[in-house]
Amino acid sequence: MTHVLDPNALADTSSGTGTLPDPFADVTRSNDAFRAFLHGLPGVDQVGAEARAKVLGTRSIKTTAKAWAIDTAISMVDLTTLEGSDTPGKVRALAAKARRPDPTDPSCPAVAAVCVYGDLAGVAKEALAGTGINVAAVATAFPSGRASREVKLADVRDAVAGGADEIDMVIDRGAFLTGRYLDVFEEIVAVKEACGPAHLKVILETGELVTLDAVRRASWLAMLAGGDFIKTSTGKVSPAATLPVCLVMLEAVRDFRAATGRQVGVKPAGGIRTTKDAVKHLVLINETVGSDWLSPDWFRFGASSLLNDLLLQRQKLRTGHYSGPDHVSVD
Amino acid sequence: MTSLFEYAPAPESRSIVDIRPSYGLFIDGEFVDGTGTPLKTVNPATEEVLSEVATAHEDDVDRAVRAARRAFVKTWGPMRPADRGKYLFRIARLLQERAREFAVLETLDNGKPIRESRDVDVPLAAAHFFYHAGWADKLEHAGLGPAPRPLGVAGQVIPWNFPLLMLAWKVAPALATGNTVVLKPAETTPLTALLFAEICQQADLPPGVVNIVTGAGETGRAVISHPDVDKVAFTGSTEVGRSIARAVAGTEKRLTLELGGKAANIVFDDAPIDQAVEGIVRGIFFNQGHVCCAGSRLLVQESVHDDVVASLQRRIGTLRVGDPMDKNTDLGAINSAEQLARIRELTAFGETEGATCWQPDGDLPDRGFWFKPTVFTDVSPAHRIARDEVFGPVLSVMTFRTPDEAVAKANNTTYGLSAGIWSEKGSRILKVTDQLRAGVVWANTFNEFDPTSPFGGYKQSGYGREGGRQGLAAYLRSDS
Amino acid sequence: MSDRLTVRKTYKLYLGGAFPRSESGRTYEVHDAKGHFLANAAWASRKDGRDAVVAARSAFGKWSGATAYNRGQVLYRVAEVMEGRAAQFTEEVAAGEGLSAAKARAAVDAAIDRWVWYAGWTDKLAAVLGSTNPVAGPYFGFSVPEPTGVVAVLAPQRSSLLGLVSVLAPVLAAGNTAVVVSSKERPLPAITLGEVLATSDVPGGVVNLLTGDAAEIGPWLAEHADVDAIDLAGAPAPLAMELERSAAGTIKRVLRAPAEEPDWTADPGLSRLRPFLETKSVWHPIGV
Repeated sequence: MTHVLDPNALADTSSGTGTLPDPFADVTRSNDAFRAFLHGLPGVDQVGAEARAKVLGTRSIKTTAKAWAIDTAISMVDLTTLEGSDTPGKVRALAAKARRPDPTDPSCPAVAAVCVYGDLAGVAKEALAGTGINVAAVATAFPSGRASREVKLADVRDAVAGGADEIDMVIDRGAFLTGRYLDVFEEIVAVKEACGPAHLKVILETGELVTLDAVRRASWLAMLAGGDFIKTSTGKVSPAATLPVCLVMLEAVRDFRAATGRQVGVKPAGGIRTTKDAVKHLVLINETVGSDWLSPDWFRFGASSLLNDLLLQRQKLRTGHYSGPDHVSVD
Repeated sequence: MTSLFEYAPAPESRSIVDIRPSYGLFIDGEFVDGTGTPLKTVNPATEEVLSEVATAHEDDVDRAVRAARRAFVKTWGPMRPADRGKYLFRIARLLQERAREFAVLETLDNGKPIRESRDVDVPLAAAHFFYHAGWADKLEHAGLGPAPRPLGVAGQVIPWNFPLLMLAWKVAPALATGNTVVLKPAETTPLTALLFAEICQQADLPPGVVNIVTGAGETGRAVISHPDVDKVAFTGSTEVGRSIARAVAGTEKRLTLELGGKAANIVFDDAPIDQAVEGIVRGIFFNQGHVCCAGSRLLVQESVHDDVVASLQRRIGTLRVGDPMDKNTDLGAINSAEQLARIRELTAFGETEGATCWQPDGDLPDRGFWFKPTVFTDVSPAHRIARDEVFGPVLSVMTFRTPDEAVAKANNTTYGLSAGIWSEKGSRILKVTDQLRAGVVWANTFNEFDPTSPFGGYKQSGYGREGGRQGLAAYLRSDS
Repeated sequence: MSDRLTVRKTYKLYLGGAFPRSESGRTYEVHDAKGHFLANAAWASRKDGRDAVVAARSAFGKWSGATAYNRGQVLYRVAEVMEGRAAQFTEEVAAGEGLSAAKARAAVDAAIDRWVWYAGWTDKLAAVLGSTNPVAGPYFGFSVPEPTGVVAVLAPQRSSLLGLVSVLAPVLAAGNTAVVVSSKERPLPAITLGEVLATSDVPGGVVNLLTGDAAEIGPWLAEHADVDAIDLAGAPAPLAMELERSAAGTIKRVLRAPAEEPDWTADPGLSRLRPFLETKSVWHPIGV
């Protein structure tokens, strides 16, 4: 067997925490200063980042490691429904599944959260009462984010009032792409404030940012503004989560912690459908930022169909034979 | 603390390959006994003897050269070029079909990680045959005059670091241009060459077109000094290259040499740091650093030195070292006890000369030949570890302040095989690329290879090119 | 017939753009084909060879870094200046090689035309010998020919001008700098060529012309660690083998000489350019 030479290589060696990270205290004093800061971050070579993600994608995760990875991945799922056709009934069904993903096996872990539109946060909250499973609500005129700030903030307050433990906001990609970084920053700050005790996940919608340089800048922007998580996508834009994007975001949270002492979580969302995809992401975490992020507190999968594939693979490992779609519940 | 996520062993199965207890020489299409004392080839990861391989004496080499000459005169030379190409296409396909077998055998015999033999060595070897197959009937378009002619019999001697790939680099262009071949693989890694001999049989390649004579230095000397060899191609150390050039002097033999290197990998302060760190790691730890073009001298702009070194050490800590057959291994075994001793000797110099040695924590396997990934900082250009080729997983870090200083330091070597540049500024990349005296320059990447891209050195890294249109010149006589 | 006493020329080396005597102070007598005294030529020593290598090395950066267009113009200028001195060259070639005036003039014309031919090559080599490489991955790859560096040239012994130009011009056209040892018995055209080079636009040190004995200086050049390549055109067979062996110590590129001095009027093609060109292959990722 091969072993990592130094298991502590990725451990946190920095010290100290602070709300407004000291070294960056005045980078938001003006849009120009903020722009200079964000554009001064190291560039990302797309081909190199893709090559690295590809190599990590060839890791062979077998037997005990695979069992651990599947259970960990299940515990990281934000079980999501974000359809115009969503109803309280649908949300309740999802909540039931979140608590007991595999009704035949009580050893199967619960998921991390159920993710719904804000108006259904109350339904989800009620259905998940006492489970420890969080309710996440998308807000800020999800998925486009094209509304006035007042409307977005009202959206957030409404979801929080409905019982949301976590708010998944979208950034103003239009403002970001035209270089109005300070506007984007201030909006996140305002949303964070409106969240109150709720955790804030900031959706970058990387499929619209296009370049990995922009992903790194947006990640730093969101972290500086106080986001608790940075999230790839709404799931409504293609491409959604990809390994290279996730790699760059993991590098950003790693560097941010090293610089400020504050740890930020990462949530790839959209497009992750198979156990293989999920395991690749766990490998990516393991070899980029290390064990500190290998928990639902710091990493989530925004997904709907992923859970069933994880359950099928879990059954296969347990029973030794392949299962089929009728052995997991239809959402 | 241990990692939460330990990868369970994921060994590639070795049952796919059938290693015979002993191998003969491949001469004139047949496996025959050699007259020398057979040598044992060892798995460097376990020190297990894999097989016994015949050693070719001068007489055996003579038989091989005569077989190659006959094939050149009677079959391969007169053959329609398109048919020669078809044979090469066949070989390429067979290599792909039996890729797993080759990968497993290469890893067992060489010690390199299965991930690399599977994803790099074997696919690239097949690609070289595909590429050159297409040239066979298009040589008049190669820019070497209207009717370039083959030289005759090529004597080729290859090293142990990429046994199959180096075979492909040598054999594919030689055959495509109409020459026949006597090839000597390295004594510690003969097995994939002998499996390749089986491929030649499977492809119905006419007897004598490819001959493989195993053995050590004596056998190599017999190949290159045989009077009926028209062309000598060698990849290996500069020291042996010199002696070959001396031996060939005064003869009509054509010679190409691909020798050692001490490549500079230059990181400017505007580099894409994460990719640069990956490139540094790939540059020096790919194939355990047993790479002539390895980026063994890291030149970092002073302003980012500490950040780069810290990132590099963090990244090196995640390298997975151990069983080469495990699909998750990043760093395999050192190829031989002899090479391990050399690496140890040179790194010991590094410490006594005052450089700071860093290695990640952790243990190495008990059996086999291993060396931890090693980084020397505080290296002066005068240190031996900054000048001598270590040919192992050992990186020497130096600094610079201006592009001029970077170029001056990069070029301050007797070698000139390769170099790397990391910067996001296009004009700077082009300027520095232009100033570097090296045969391959990787900008914002490192250790990429392709049959369409000519490879070879400046200065004492050798002469002649392998790959691309330029590589054909080594095997053709042109009238212009 | 004038009774004016002629001013005789002192024949010196051409080294680093200047015309020094040999540091050794030695000279040797040069005779015409019939054995009549022609001149005392400087007899270059190994130390002159050493100085010439230093000059050639220091000139290499500028010459190899000049645009190909500029190098072409400089070489064409050599032809222009030679044309003006054609009569002098003709006389020297005729005397040294024992040719009729007409044959000597033909050799001079061919030598001038050879400069013109190579002048036209400088800005075509990259297109003809370089390539873009369609690698199987997201990389832009290209290969460019680049000069090898400092080239030691042992000029042909018989063809004192056309042979000399035929071996020197390609070395320069490719962007190298040269240390040339002239024909021993027939050095005068080489000396005059030095004067031509000095008065055309060839930067000092790009060409260094030593008159003397290839058998004496050649071994030092073949072993010299700062010489990148050697052209053995003027080395007789036993010497050539010895030099090739010496050159192996520093992995020099060696251009071997045929057993017999060739017919220098033949079209040389690329055969004298390729040996003094390296290929540099460059990779860069293609991404956004």
